[in-house]
Amino acid sequence: MKKSMEELPYSGIRKFFDLASGMRGVISLGVGEPDFVTPWHIREASVYSLEKGYTNYTSNCGLEELRREICRYLFRKFQLEYDYSREIIVTVGASEAIDIALRCVLEPGDEVIIPEPCFVSYKPCTVMAGGVPKSIFTREADHFKLRPEDLEKAITPRSKVLLMCYPNNPTGAVMIGKELQAIAQVVERYDLLVISDEIYSELTYEGEHVSFASLPGMKERTVLVNGFSKSFAMTGWRIGYTAAPEDITAAMLKIHQYTIMCAPIMGQMAAIEALKNGEGEIKRMAGQYDQRRNLIVNGLNQIGLPCFEPRGAFYAFPSIKLTGMSSQEFCEKLLKEEKVAVVPGDAFGESGEGYVRCSYAASVEQITEALNRMEKFVERHVKKRKTVYAVR
Amino acid sequence: MDDVKVRLLQALEQNHRITTKALATMLNLPEKEVKGMIKELEDVKVILGYITLIDWEKTGNNDNVTAIIDVKVTPQRDVGFDIIAERICRFPEVKSVYLMSGGYDLSVMIEGTSMKQVAFFVAEKLATLENVQSTATHFVLKKYKQDGIIFDEDQKDRRLVISP
Ligand SMILES: Cc1ncc(COP(=O)(O)O)c(C=O)c1O
Repeated sequence: MKKSMEELPYSGIRKFFDLASGMRGVISLGVGEPDFVTPWHIREASVYSLEKGYTNYTSNCGLEELRREICRYLFRKFQLEYDYSREIIVTVGASEAIDIALRCVLEPGDEVIIPEPCFVSYKPCTVMAGGVPKSIFTREADHFKLRPEDLEKAITPRSKVLLMCYPNNPTGAVMIGKELQAIAQVVERYDLLVISDEIYSELTYEGEHVSFASLPGMKERTVLVNGFSKSFAMTGWRIGYTAAPEDITAAMLKIHQYTIMCAPIMGQMAAIEALKNGEGEIKRMAGQYDQRRNLIVNGLNQIGLPCFEPRGAFYAFPSIKLTGMSSQEFCEKLLKEEKVAVVPGDAFGESGEGYVRCSYAASVEQITEALNRMEKFVERHVKKRKTVYAVR
Repeated sequence: MDDVKVRLLQALEQNHRITTKALATMLNLPEKEVKGMIKELEDVKVILGYITLIDWEKTGNNDNVTAIIDVKVTPQRDVGFDIIAERICRFPEVKSVYLMSGGYDLSVMIEGTSMKQVAFFVAEKLATLENVQSTATHFVLKKYKQDGIIFDEDQKDRRLVISP
């Protein structure tokens, strides 16, 4: 095996996963996917297409009807105009989209600037594409937003790509139009390409999501990544897409063509139905997440785990620093003692240390019970620590 | 009705056992306000009651039978179907009454302890009402879904315990 692969670490989530999956009676707030099953009308559309015999390959870039629907959707939601025939590729999830985007633009040694905490695949995918990840630590004090001055400081002559994700996994941070505008100015000045992972765009709870590509001058230098996993509760279908300038799309399509051929047709059929008639279901699910968000953020703050207010995605990212434990230690102990699974913040990069990710893609009952158990846990451990100080 | 009230009703419709404290947090409102709204909605009978959906089959001691009766009625001048419908509603055996479009007028759901009892009820009480022209009785053999809830649905959470 080649050395670089040996050196590439496993996802920080994996170890924790092994620990948690063996246990019974666990309430999990560790899941990065919706707790809803895919809305029935979407499942039904796929079943119907199977019955009619749609079991073949599609064109490499995806079914024409789906690409047209994607363009309509992007226009409807973000006032973005893309050409379905030259600027859209239907991918196997946003995961593949991120991979092909990086692979087709990076020369060996090119730097990819990644605000973290961030989704687990960004750095490994950068490395596998021959690039060099350069982290920018975002801070709770800035609501985990990327600051233009920090971006500017991170730029070197080798900087090529800014890879970012708002609404963010794991922090739940969002960036509003004028904040993105400030980033766009730096991007323009230093001639960067932006890979904007907007998979959580529909899960924005205050105000409307602004797509980075919709900012003046940014469409030409943005690979917009989106998909169906989160907004339509379609994780298992593995359908995502890229919207990008023609030349980059053509390059990405080569990789996609030779490695994937095309995204599965049953998923594409389902995705067409999702875009055509899914608006109501998206709203319904987002409304539910919003209520649970209030519940969990309030609850975490009350039990002594200060938590900034996430405005997007379905994650709360409370600080656990008061317990004096590391994220890993906190999560392991919480799992063993109270059977609640949350994800250690450092799995999303060094800057996530001192935090844990709690997903509220769980039922109200589960969230309530998890909070009860966590309260006991915090009480026990924070008290213990206080007495230690007292003795000293 | 304003949006907040609608959201409150939707939340309660899904689960009325949720505490007002949790409801208040979820809707981002003071608890007092939520309590007030619920009281008001109960007073004006927007909220009519809180019922529990039970699968009595599973208890093993339920021999009740349910029937749906299509009833044809001669409507009355000025009041249409209302008087007769209200009259039918008063029988405790009657679980629901709907005015229908189509081939008949009222759909009446009846629960009784046996098929015989239900049949007698229809023959003696319902069919004999003035203005009732005819009835057709359909017995329910099995319930699969009621009030949006599927009986015996496999609701297992199939997701991995931890995922990125
Ligand atoms: C930020 C982010 N990007 C991408 C993905 C991958 O999504 P997909 O299922 O479309 O591959 C995830 C899934 O967890 C995510 O959180």
